[in-house]
Amino acid sequence: MATSLRCFLRSGKQAVLVVARRGIHRSPPAALQVTVRDALNQAMDEELERDERVFLLGEEVAQYDGAYKVSRGLWKKYGDKRIIDTPISEMGFAGIAVGAAMAGLRPICEFMTFNFSMQAIDQVINSAAKTYYMSAGLQPVPIVFRGPNGASAGVAAQHSQCFAAWYAHCPGLKVVSPWNSEDARGLLKSAIRDDNPVVFLENELLYGVPFEMSEESQSKDFTVPIGKAKIERPGTHITLVSHSRYVGHCLDAAAVLAKEGIDCEVINLRTIRPLDVECIESSVMKTNHLVTVEGGWPQFGVGAEICARIMEGSAFNYLDSPVTRVTGVDIPMPYAKILEEHSLPQVKDIIFSVKKTLNV
Amino acid sequence: MLTNISNVLRACAQRNGAAAVVSARTYADFTTQATFEIKKCDVHKLDEAPATQVVMTRDEGLQYYRTMQTMRRMELKADQLYKQKIIRGFCHLYDGQEACAVGIEASIKLTDHLITAYRAHGYTFTRGGTVKEIMAELTGRRSGIAKGKGGSMHMYCKNFYGGNGIVGAQVPLGAGVALACRYKGTDELCVCLYGDGAANQGQIFETYNMAALWKLPVIFICENNRYGMGTSVERAAASTDYFKRGEFIPGLRVDGMDILCVREATRFAADHCRSGKGPILMELQTYRYHGHSMSDPGVSYRTRDEIQEVRSKSDPISLLKDRLLSNNMASVEELKEIDIEVRKEIEDAAQFATTDPEPPLEELCNHIFYNNPPVEVRGTNPWAKLKSLS
Repeated sequence: MATSLRCFLRSGKQAVLVVARRGIHRSPPAALQVTVRDALNQAMDEELERDERVFLLGEEVAQYDGAYKVSRGLWKKYGDKRIIDTPISEMGFAGIAVGAAMAGLRPICEFMTFNFSMQAIDQVINSAAKTYYMSAGLQPVPIVFRGPNGASAGVAAQHSQCFAAWYAHCPGLKVVSPWNSEDARGLLKSAIRDDNPVVFLENELLYGVPFEMSEESQSKDFTVPIGKAKIERPGTHITLVSHSRYVGHCLDAAAVLAKEGIDCEVINLRTIRPLDVECIESSVMKTNHLVTVEGGWPQFGVGAEICARIMEGSAFNYLDSPVTRVTGVDIPMPYAKILEEHSLPQVKDIIFSVKKTLNV
Repeated sequence: MLTNISNVLRACAQRNGAAAVVSARTYADFTTQATFEIKKCDVHKLDEAPATQVVMTRDEGLQYYRTMQTMRRMELKADQLYKQKIIRGFCHLYDGQEACAVGIEASIKLTDHLITAYRAHGYTFTRGGTVKEIMAELTGRRSGIAKGKGGSMHMYCKNFYGGNGIVGAQVPLGAGVALACRYKGTDELCVCLYGDGAANQGQIFETYNMAALWKLPVIFICENNRYGMGTSVERAAASTDYFKRGEFIPGLRVDGMDILCVREATRFAADHCRSGKGPILMELQTYRYHGHSMSDPGVSYRTRDEIQEVRSKSDPISLLKDRLLSNNMASVEELKEIDIEVRKEIEDAAQFATTDPEPPLEELCNHIFYNNPPVEVRGTNPWAKLKSLS
C-alpha cells in the first residue's frame, strides 16, 4: 500500500487543512501534506505575484474568499484591481475576461461551477477558442477558465454535470483535469503561463483532501506540463486510465486487486486535450488490456475518445480484449443518496470491470 | 378560551399606520374584519398605484398566520435536519420572506402559474405541496414530491414549475408559461420570481423585451433580500431600483415584509395582466435570516445587528400577529394554539421524512423520456444494462 495519503475522504469540507509556513524553515522544505484547495491558492498567489497582467474575476472570489474558499486571502493581498467580484452575469463576465485577454492581460475567469459555464459557453468557444485561428495568428487569447467540474454530493441534476467531453471536443482549447495537489498546483501554473485558452476542471470533493507534495513541487517555478499524462502506479496486467477524482478510485481498486494477484497500471491523464495517447498506447502495448474510468456520461465521452484513438493506432494489435469504459450512468444526476451513489463509478465497479476485461 | 370583550370602537396606533375597527359583534367577541393603512408603493411608468387602505378579515388573518408560521417552522426544521446531515447538498432557506409567498398566493388562483428560483420550499407549499412531501423530498425519500430525485431545488407540483438551480434561467421559462396562457386564450397569468442577484442576468433583459413586445401575462417579481449570496446589492448592481430595471415595463416597489402590501400589490399587478396590458414588474423588499444556503453562515458580509434589527422590527409574522391582536381579531391563546398545531404538524412531517425509505434502485433510470417505450440505459460499465420506463 502506498505510504503517502491518497484520496479517500468523501466530503472535502471535513478534511483538515495542513499548510506549512515555508518562511520559517532555513533548509529546503521536506515533503508535506497540502490540500488541493491550498495548492490551487498558492499557485494563483504565486502567478499573481510573478506577472502583474494576471488577475482573477468571478462570483464571490474577492470579499467572500471564494465560494469554496479557493481564493482565500487573495483579495486582501492584491486588492480590487486584481481580484474582482462580479455580478451573477456569466455570459457577460466571461466575455469581459476574453476581451481583456485579447487586449494583453492574462485573466483567470472563475465559474462557480462549470455547470454555470453553459451560460457563457459561446464566449469560451467562439470568442476564446477559435479567435487565434480565425485571425491567422494575429490575436492570441491567454485566458484560464477554472472552477469545480462534475459531481459533488447531493447537489442534484443541474449542479453535477461533467464538462470534460464538451470542452475537449473543441480545437483551440486546452482542457486540463488535475487529480492531486501536485497536479493542481503545477497544472494551474502552466495554464496561467500558457498563451492559449485553458479550461481548468477542478473537483469540489477534492478541495479539502490533503496529498503529499514533494520538495520540488513546492518551488515557485514548479510546473506540470500540459499534455502529458502520469503513471501513478506501474503495473503489468492491465491499464487503468482516468482523470480527476477517479484516479483515486483506480488506485484504491488497484490496491484491492493486487491482493488477488492482479497488477494494474494506473495512468492519471492530467490533461484531456491534448490527450497523451502515446502514454496510453505504450502502456497498452505492455499490458494488453485497457479500462477507462471517468465520472462523466458515457456517450461521446473521454473514454469513447480513448477507445477510438487506440483503435486508430498501433496499440490496437496488442489488445487481448476490447477496451472497457467505466463511466457515470447515462441519466441526469438524482438527489437521493442511494440513487446518487449508484449513478457514479464505485471502486467495486472498477474492480468488476477489470476482472471482466481480464476474463477472470 | 375566548374572553368577553365589549364592542368598542377604537383607533389604535400601529407600526404601519392606523386601523379603524369596523363591524358589530360576531358569534364570539372578535372583530370579523378591519381596514388597515399600508405603505404606498413606489411606481414606475404607472398612473395608478395599489390601494393603501385595505381590508383583512379575521379568517384571512388566521389563515395567513397559520401558513406563514408553517413555512417558518418548516424551514427551521430543515435547518436542524441539515445540521444532522439528514438533508444534504444544497438547502436555501426562506425564513424572513414568508410574507412574499403568502401575500402573492392570496391574490392569485391555483389555476394561475408560478415559477421561482432555488429558494423554493415556501412556494412549493403555497402552491399546493404538503409539508410531508416537501420534507421527504429534502431528505431524499420515495414519498418526496419529486420521489427523492430532485431535492431542495427541484420540487414541482401542478402549475408550479419549480424550483430552478441555474440563476435567472427561470425567468424566460416563466415568460414562456405566460405565452402558453395567452396562446390558449385563458385568463391565467404567470408569476415569475427571481432575486436581486439574478436581476443582473442578461437573459432577464431578453425576457423583459419579448414579454413587453408580445404583451405576455407575466408578473415579474424581484425578491430583493439585499444580498446575492455574499454580495450586497450595491456591489452587484449599477442601479438598485430593481422595479425600474424593466425600463419600458411598469413597475412597483413593495414592502415585502408586510403581507397586506404584497397581497394588494399582487392584486393590482394581476388586474393589469388580466386586462391584456402585458407584463408588470414588482420589487418586493424583503430579508432572509439565514445565509444564502446552509453552507453560508451569513455573517461575513452583514452584521448580526442588522439581522437582529430586521427580526425585531420587521418580522412578517410578528407584524401580522400584532395587527390581529391589537385589532381584536384574534386572541393570544388562539394564536398559541395555532403555533402548537403547526409545531406538531412539522414534527410529524419530519418524523415521516426521516423514516420513509429511500427510493428503490429500480427508479434510478426512470423518467428520462415521457410517453416513450422503455429504453435501455448504460450503467457504470458495459455489462450493466439498466431499464428506463417513462
